[in-house]
Amino acid sequence: MKPAPFRYADPGTLEEAIAVLSSEGAGAKVLAGGQSLLPLLSMRLAAPTTLVDINRVPGLDTVEATGDGVTVGALVRHNALLHDAAAARVQPLLARATANVAHPAIRNRGTTVGSIAHADPSGEMTSVLALTDGHVTVATPSGVSTVEWRDFFVGPLETSVHGPAVVTSAFFPALPDRSGTAFAEVARRKGDYAVCGAGVVVTLDADRRVAAVRASYVSVGLTPEVHDLTDAVVGQPADSADWAAAGALARTLVDPDTDIHASADYRRLLVGVLTERTLVAAAAEALGGTE
Amino acid sequence: MNVDTERTITLTVNGIPREATVPVRRLLSDALRHDLGLTGTHVGCEHGVCGACTVLVDGEPMRSCLLLAVQLDGASVTTVEGLARDDHRGGQVLHPVQEAFRECHALQCGFCTPGFLTTIAAGLEKRDNSAELTEEEVDDMVGGNLCRCTGYANIKKAVHTANAAMRDGS
Repeated sequence: MKPAPFRYADPGTLEEAIAVLSSEGAGAKVLAGGQSLLPLLSMRLAAPTTLVDINRVPGLDTVEATGDGVTVGALVRHNALLHDAAAARVQPLLARATANVAHPAIRNRGTTVGSIAHADPSGEMTSVLALTDGHVTVATPSGVSTVEWRDFFVGPLETSVHGPAVVTSAFFPALPDRSGTAFAEVARRKGDYAVCGAGVVVTLDADRRVAAVRASYVSVGLTPEVHDLTDAVVGQPADSADWAAAGALARTLVDPDTDIHASADYRRLLVGVLTERTLVAAAAEALGGTE
Repeated sequence: MNVDTERTITLTVNGIPREATVPVRRLLSDALRHDLGLTGTHVGCEHGVCGACTVLVDGEPMRSCLLLAVQLDGASVTTVEGLARDDHRGGQVLHPVQEAFRECHALQCGFCTPGFLTTIAAGLEKRDNSAELTEEEVDDMVGGNLCRCTGYANIKKAVHTANAAMRDGS
């Protein structure tokens, strides 16, 4: 349970970080919070030749909330995002989901962007990036580019970003008008990886009827996905919509796996339960916002 | 840009500046125990699940098994050995959380205790203790630490007892 030997650099600028990632080659790995990476190293599931620690790089620790959405820098700890009131006003899913990320001691160090770059399908923030239709910003030797979430997640623990690159921020678009959100998980112990989690966004029309329903799940499938559940409830009054039907539809759309923690069937059952439960809360919030 | 396999670091541990030369792969938990001789920090699962190795880094609880010692260069670390306070008569008095653990029988074998003590001490010191301490708050504070002996009833009782002592003492 000790990491295999590696080389270590802690650059003081982003340019330096990219330069050292380039010169160290394909075995180099970026270290941010390390709350997922260090267990992988200790269990010898990963053995990078070099760790490039970006914790000294200035300018990456800010949360910027505007009318368009929230930009979260690569060194923002989950706990900072959880308590960022401006970010929560623009996109309430951020605080709701980060409250479910691991335990407080891990949230104090782990970063939101790092967990997205880690691309674990059991991660909360990967599915929130998908559900909000967000993107990440990536710095490479050839410049800075943005990658939409659909193009970013390739498989479990795998993204489309290869070679010397630092994911410098993630952007979560603002919640649309007349909308409500909710996020819930079932876990063996609060703070552990979810057996199943669900995040939802309900959007109403001007007559307080359901216009759109989107959901994304945690620990279901190999990469984050967004499921459109609108058809099950479209046009129904938000205070009496058939949310169980939306849950039933969700169950038919997901393709969970069986593992040591739960069977695929149990996960599919939880998808239905959590979908209905979160939609009731999200609809109530959307209704509250229209009064 | 230096790319190293070994580094000499200086950090403040329990108020005392310390220096150590460590392989860069050395976990903070191992550096505290092996390089600095502070064996109060216990190492359980070594992948962030059990919480036994929790220490305070610049006042915030963190898993010392999920930090590299080299990352702590210049930082301030409090371990369980640093919780007791000077009694101004040449000795030390236990931290209110330690006192409450003793009073409430919140430990049995003691393996998990250092992680609980650091986590709870930070949690209680940070909160506004004029506000009522809710069960949910207590659950959140101790939920990331595993105890396999006593169950959590006495630990939670100790959190309340310590909170009351800290409120009345401040």
